[in-house]
Amino acid sequence: MKPVNQKAWFLVLPVLVLVALSALIPLMTVVNYSVQDTFGNNQFFWAGTRWYEQVLHSERFWNALLRNLVFSGIILAIEIPLGVFVALHMPRKGWGVPVCLVLMALPLLIPWNVVGTIWQVFGRVDIGLLGAVLSGAGVDYNYVQDPVDAWATLIVMDVWHWTSLVALLAYAGLVSIPDAYYQAARIDGASGWAVFRHIQLPKMARVLTIAVLLRFMDSFTIYTEPFVVTGGGPGNSTTFVSIDLVQMAVGQFDLGPAAAMSLIYFLIILAFSWVFYAVMTREDVQPKADKEGAP
Amino acid sequence: MARVDLANIRHAYGPNPAKDADYALKHVNQAFDNGGAYALLGPSGCGKTSLLNIISGLVQPTQGRVRFDGVDVTDLSTEKRNIAQVFQFPVIYDSMTVRENLAFPLRNRGVKKAEANRRVDEVLEMTGLKAQARRRARGLTADEKQKISLGRGLVRSDVNAILFDEPLTVIDPQMKWELRAQLKELHRRFGYTMIYVTHDQTEALTFADQVVVMYEGEIVQVGAPAELFERPSHTFVGYFIGSPGMNVIPTKLEGANVRVGEYLAPLPAAPKLRGEPRLEIGVRPEYVRFGPEGIPASIQRVEDAGRLKIVHATMEGHPIVAVLREGEDLPADPHITLDPKGLNLYADSWRVAFPGFPGESAP
Repeated sequence: MKPVNQKAWFLVLPVLVLVALSALIPLMTVVNYSVQDTFGNNQFFWAGTRWYEQVLHSERFWNALLRNLVFSGIILAIEIPLGVFVALHMPRKGWGVPVCLVLMALPLLIPWNVVGTIWQVFGRVDIGLLGAVLSGAGVDYNYVQDPVDAWATLIVMDVWHWTSLVALLAYAGLVSIPDAYYQAARIDGASGWAVFRHIQLPKMARVLTIAVLLRFMDSFTIYTEPFVVTGGGPGNSTTFVSIDLVQMAVGQFDLGPAAAMSLIYFLIILAFSWVFYAVMTREDVQPKADKEGAP
Repeated sequence: MARVDLANIRHAYGPNPAKDADYALKHVNQAFDNGGAYALLGPSGCGKTSLLNIISGLVQPTQGRVRFDGVDVTDLSTEKRNIAQVFQFPVIYDSMTVRENLAFPLRNRGVKKAEANRRVDEVLEMTGLKAQARRRARGLTADEKQKISLGRGLVRSDVNAILFDEPLTVIDPQMKWELRAQLKELHRRFGYTMIYVTHDQTEALTFADQVVVMYEGEIVQVGAPAELFERPSHTFVGYFIGSPGMNVIPTKLEGANVRVGEYLAPLPAAPKLRGEPRLEIGVRPEYVRFGPEGIPASIQRVEDAGRLKIVHATMEGHPIVAVLREGEDLPADPHITLDPKGLNLYADSWRVAFPGFPGESAP
């Protein structure tokens, strides 16, 4: 029999240990909490699937989830086209390139709670530049009291914060297109729209897939910025699942239901991301299938 | 199809060109006859792609005019010039099928659907892509993709010329032969004006009726393959075409003879030279003969190249390369003679002509 070399395990071990410590063990703790009840003092009682049932039957959870979905949908619908638009108009050479890249990267470098604070102050009606100007101009704007204004503020903030990520990814896709494609398009008499539709967009598809995935996962788990700006209010109007979760776990110390909720939340994100990825990379698989199917 | 004329073309990529060295194309005057197959041959950076792009209008020349059939098109856009161009790397529209790819230039020009379909069918036939017509272009091999690029040019019935920019670079060796044969076939059947840029002499010599050799932004010689081989008008052509390249040896003139060391070789006539140029003789390895008499030579090494043997020797302190055919052997005490048929005289690297003598162009 061929001797099996077990040395490879030693090479994989560091990664396994890191992943175990950073992801698996914490996750198992959450699983542990989600099937038990505790009142502190390290006393645990078996709860079975009770917390899961409770979460799945609570209107509060479904409402928060719906808010998450709507929020992600809106910001994706704005940030992806806007990011592509910005990338198309960024300079390709000269001194403008580094200037543009640095400016675009700035919002990405600001810590999230600082972003929240900036917009929290920016939007204040009494002293904030945005809020004061709007109310000075006669617009009835107050994100602390009006749910629509609160949503608008969060969306504009997210667009401001993250569009440049989409733009930078799209830009990377654009600059990787060889000149010959544009030259061939000129020879073929293609219009600007045709160049975008048949050259630029297909060549950007891959990076845009990544952009959509990143922005979806990020926005679907959004916590810090709305927590800082609106704290989930007014009322529950901007209470996303993550905010709800923290309130339940830390505020009410309901560790069991909170754990069950975070696992459900985790599975939903996992499922969504998988569906996104499968749908958006489906086209790549097709030509291969074609080839096998061809006579 | 059209005749393409380049008149006094100069081109610089940088702003405010002053010296000759600032120009990628120094001074180009060249006519490409209607229906001719031309190759632009030269090393990388000699300006051949720039010249091609000036013809297609992708690059605007700094000076000079481009004419198609006598009509000045210098200020026309690429699209209006109605040119087909095939690039080094295949350009295909990933998201379209082969058929849609070929129909794309027609669709952009608003050609009616029935007419477009007819043209596309014709081109599918011409390029042999019929079986792949409904496939996604993305999944095809490099040579099939290159055929699509070509097909997008052929599909317009009235293209003025088809330009190729090293189109076989990414094609597998055995497919290269096939594609090149197909190009020649298309040229024969449809009489397209074709201009083919390459740095590969085999490709140029097998494809073209006329080869335009370029060197440092200038055209150094235009001619049929045999002419370039027998009468290179610049030492660069002698060196660049033929394998191994031409021997270039410094010389002195004595009447109608050139002197190499103790040895005199006859020229057809005494050349008329202006000033005191640097003189060299150029002899192809095929015209270097070994025998018992002539200039004493010492053999450095012999390479076996299959049917030929390549002999590296020194003669009067100058390295010289000779070719031995199958069955020929080196004598024990080798002496070199230079066949007068293959002897060329160069003054400051340019060939000295002897008008009126056999093998020369008319005076």
